[in-house]
Amino acid sequence: MQFWIIQGLNSLSLGGLLFLLSSGFSLIFGLMRLANLTHGAFFMLGTYFGATALRAYSGLNIWVTALGAGFAVAAIGGLFERLVLTRLKTNPLGQVLVTLGMSFIISDACLVLWGGDSIPVPTPHNLQAPTRVLGFVFPTYRLVLVGCAIGAAIALYFLMERTRLGAMIRAGVDDRQMARAVGIPVSNLFTIVFCLGAGIAGAGGVLGGPILSAYPGLDADMLPLALIVVILGGIGSLLGAFVGSFIIGFIYTFGTALFPELAYIILFLPMIVVIAFRPQGLFGRVGA
Amino acid sequence: MKWIAAALLAGLLLLLPLFAGDFYINLASQILIAAIFALSLNLLVGFGGMTSLGHASYLGVAAYISALLTSRYGFGHGAAAIISIAGTIATAAFFGIIALRATGLGFLMITLALSQVLWGLAYRMSDVTNGDNGIAGLTRPMPFGISLDGAAAFYWFALIVTSIAFLMMAIFVSSSFGSSLKGVRDQPRRMAALGFNPWMIRWITFIYAGFWGGVSGLLYVYYNKYIHPTSLSTTSSAEALLGVIAGGSGTLGGPVVGATLVLLLKNYASAYIERWNMLLGLVFLFIVLVMPTGIVPGLSKLMTRLRRGPR
Repeated sequence: MQFWIIQGLNSLSLGGLLFLLSSGFSLIFGLMRLANLTHGAFFMLGTYFGATALRAYSGLNIWVTALGAGFAVAAIGGLFERLVLTRLKTNPLGQVLVTLGMSFIISDACLVLWGGDSIPVPTPHNLQAPTRVLGFVFPTYRLVLVGCAIGAAIALYFLMERTRLGAMIRAGVDDRQMARAVGIPVSNLFTIVFCLGAGIAGAGGVLGGPILSAYPGLDADMLPLALIVVILGGIGSLLGAFVGSFIIGFIYTFGTALFPELAYIILFLPMIVVIAFRPQGLFGRVGA
Repeated sequence: MKWIAAALLAGLLLLLPLFAGDFYINLASQILIAAIFALSLNLLVGFGGMTSLGHASYLGVAAYISALLTSRYGFGHGAAAIISIAGTIATAAFFGIIALRATGLGFLMITLALSQVLWGLAYRMSDVTNGDNGIAGLTRPMPFGISLDGAAAFYWFALIVTSIAFLMMAIFVSSSFGSSLKGVRDQPRRMAALGFNPWMIRWITFIYAGFWGGVSGLLYVYYNKYIHPTSLSTTSSAEALLGVIAGGSGTLGGPVVGATLVLLLKNYASAYIERWNMLLGLVFLFIVLVMPTGIVPGLSKLMTRLRRGPR
């Protein structure tokens, strides 16, 4: 029983992390029609930033670090969008290729800067003690992480559905040309959304640090998970990213625990089923 | 003029081992292998409009099956080659059914995800694939009793296979099926209205490209006598895609030129710096920003302009 509960919680926390990663990917894809293959690298960059900061200053709060790293990664993403991606507006294939190139550059730069050994990220002191509920023992940090992802999901929902910025983004997703015609600065929205997506991934990288730790190849491990989540949930759909993240979180965690060698095959079974019957994904719109 | 150039090139390629040292002969063999691989990817990217980021899957599947059958199960090279090509075709057929549910960026993402699954499998399923250690101590085949262990012998073998591959793909592209493929790339709805089946045309091309990817995978594992999960990685797919794009997708010569450049860059750069991935990324940015149509179309445009004289 303890096994199932602990693995269940692990699945939830991995699902939460995957949501932080894939929501940004999905937002960027929805508005910019851009498969941002740098997203895994942004996540890894956040983890390394967090690892460095938290190990250098032991009193540092992980939430402040996540916020700081989020802004730092958002700034890098913004620069990349402004300097490179805007030049390739008419060349969607070229955009994907430069994001791939950028991911190689970032992951190799991390290897140079931080070396090939994995760097553990300390769990915050006040969250190290396990929580006991109904006689079961839970690692507190993972519980908090799940709460954090749900909080981020609610915040993103309000941002998209209840604010002026969200309304403009939705208008841009629905019809870019009409949005431009009524005076919405779509190019600026692109930059904002790209920064936002990169920032969430960076902050998610810090929060995932205590569980995953920072190591070379983290980007290559996370990117396919994000791709599978958004293909499953529907590209461009926030709800799809949320549901897809938790589905994949469960499948991956239980797959790795029960059939460690086949985890990767089990992982892609739901994707095949969904693609076969709903090519647009669980919550994707036709033609999106 | 064109024929003389082609004859000179053919002569040069044939006689290369007579005047070049082993290092250069081996480099040339690697270029030939990379060229088949890039040409097969170009069938998808250039002629089919299907940008795949998972083409290393087919190279890797063929190489792994052949390596496992010959080293662990005592198969002869002939039988192993046939089974591994059949396995590659089956993989391509299956992946094609999944990936071709989508087009454009969706197709790209699905091919990337599928190839990552195979990469993860090669890494984690260490009972079968030996994981991160790879499979070493493999042998080269002996077609008609001729040993391919010498650099020159292997080069000639690779040259024959490459020539056949180039011809077969050239015929494929210029056939009526190739024309319908280009039609589907440019105007899928009109082609469907004319009674063609765009999905079937894409799927057959996908399998055909997988087949030649598998052939290059066999040559790859024969050449290296070793196979490692990195052959299945995104970097491996991306190198081939860079070759296609840099050389000029949708042309026959482009991928060969591009693959040659990428391989030379990789070999010479890695002699000076360790940072191949970073360099690869920078070259990606450079090519896409500066030469989006590739080298061969750019050069041929320049040639026609020169022939016509300055305007």
